[in-house]
Amino acid sequence: MAGSLRALRRRIRSTQSTKKIFSAQELIAGARIVRAQARVEASKPYAREITRVLSALAASASLEHPLLNEQTGTGRAAVLVVTSDRGFAGSYNVNVLRRTEELLGTLRQQGKEPVLYVVGRKGETYYSFRDRPVEQTFTGFSEQPAYSDAQDVGRALIDVFTPGDDADRSGAVDEVHIVYTEFKSLLAQVPTARRLAPMDTSELEDPAEDGEGRNTGDSGVPTSYEFEPSPEALLDALLPKYVTTRIYAALLEAAASESASRRRAMKSASDNAEELAKNLSRQANQARQAEITQEISEIVGGADALVSAGADD
Amino acid sequence: MATLQVELVAVERTIWSGEASMVIARTTEGEIGVLPSHAPLLGELAPGGVVTIRTTEGQDVVAAAHGGFLSVTPQGVSILAETAEIASEIDVERAREALRRAEQAGDDPEALAAARRAQSRLRAAGQGD
Repeated sequence: MAGSLRALRRRIRSTQSTKKIFSAQELIAGARIVRAQARVEASKPYAREITRVLSALAASASLEHPLLNEQTGTGRAAVLVVTSDRGFAGSYNVNVLRRTEELLGTLRQQGKEPVLYVVGRKGETYYSFRDRPVEQTFTGFSEQPAYSDAQDVGRALIDVFTPGDDADRSGAVDEVHIVYTEFKSLLAQVPTARRLAPMDTSELEDPAEDGEGRNTGDSGVPTSYEFEPSPEALLDALLPKYVTTRIYAALLEAAASESASRRRAMKSASDNAEELAKNLSRQANQARQAEITQEISEIVGGADALVSAGADD
Repeated sequence: MATLQVELVAVERTIWSGEASMVIARTTEGEIGVLPSHAPLLGELAPGGVVTIRTTEGQDVVAAAHGGFLSVTPQGVSILAETAEIASEIDVERAREALRRAEQAGDDPEALAAARRAQSRLRAAGQGD
């Protein structure tokens, strides 16, 4: 009896200490969401401006750039998957990876061979465990991506997408897709697949993206721009930056989503731990009570035995 | 007097925004000064460039802007940069250190880009060549 009480007490203690870890994680994740959201907000002016500049350029230049035009020939499509570095985030990674599998299936149906690029250690282990080839992995920044991280990823993808004429085209791809988790709200994060390249130019003309419609003059006539250097050279310089900006935005959203899922997962884990500790302490109390009752009945029984032994004399 | 609505935005945040009477920048084609009601223009900033914004109070805001674009519309001027820093926030010692390191690293593209970034920061801080 005493043994089971001790075992119960030990379990209560360990449950309570795990609960402390969970709630600490929850608090950290909560703070990170706020920061991640602030960074998403802070990156918006640039994204808005670069979209505006690109729309202006698109209206003026004849759009001849590999990043804008459909390519065929290699039959390969790059897929960038954004996962987290650490677990403890509920179904966050599973959802992204499932969405990726869907996309890979669709690509294969279209006769394209997907090439994987993975952000985050969780995605890396997922594919290496299944012995699936991964072209390149980027790890160590999933919770707090910096622009330089997006640049590294962007450079790798743009290189395979637009290899120079002299470069051998064996590693080249026709399309670049990205799968990340969109941060809709604190409660809803949706795994999303987007095509990064060739770019969908219809997005540029979208008035919603353009805010107040500043690139059309007051009269509603598109402004005619002067260009320094030529529009084509500008487009060459601008497009890779635009793609990198898109990747950066995706990484930031994924980071916010990751923290949100982690907070939710940790919240339910600490709630569970609390519940468990409560049940265990009930059992422990019962065991303690049973022990006391037994001790009393042993004493009473012993006294009775002594009394009856004396009466016989 | 007419003024320019100027926004200097880096990827990670907005660096400066407000009213100005003139913006001086260097595009790949050459130095350019933008006054109010300038014709609409799109330009690529020269690598290692410095942007000067003259505010309506007559003060100069100098910033190092790297890898950026200049867009002039009837509504205002926006300067887009991958990285940008206001002169007063630049740590001269660190920029020098970065420049020295980048110069020693040889001439792979990364090091050259880093060297240009460091140079533009020094130039913006008024310490450059």
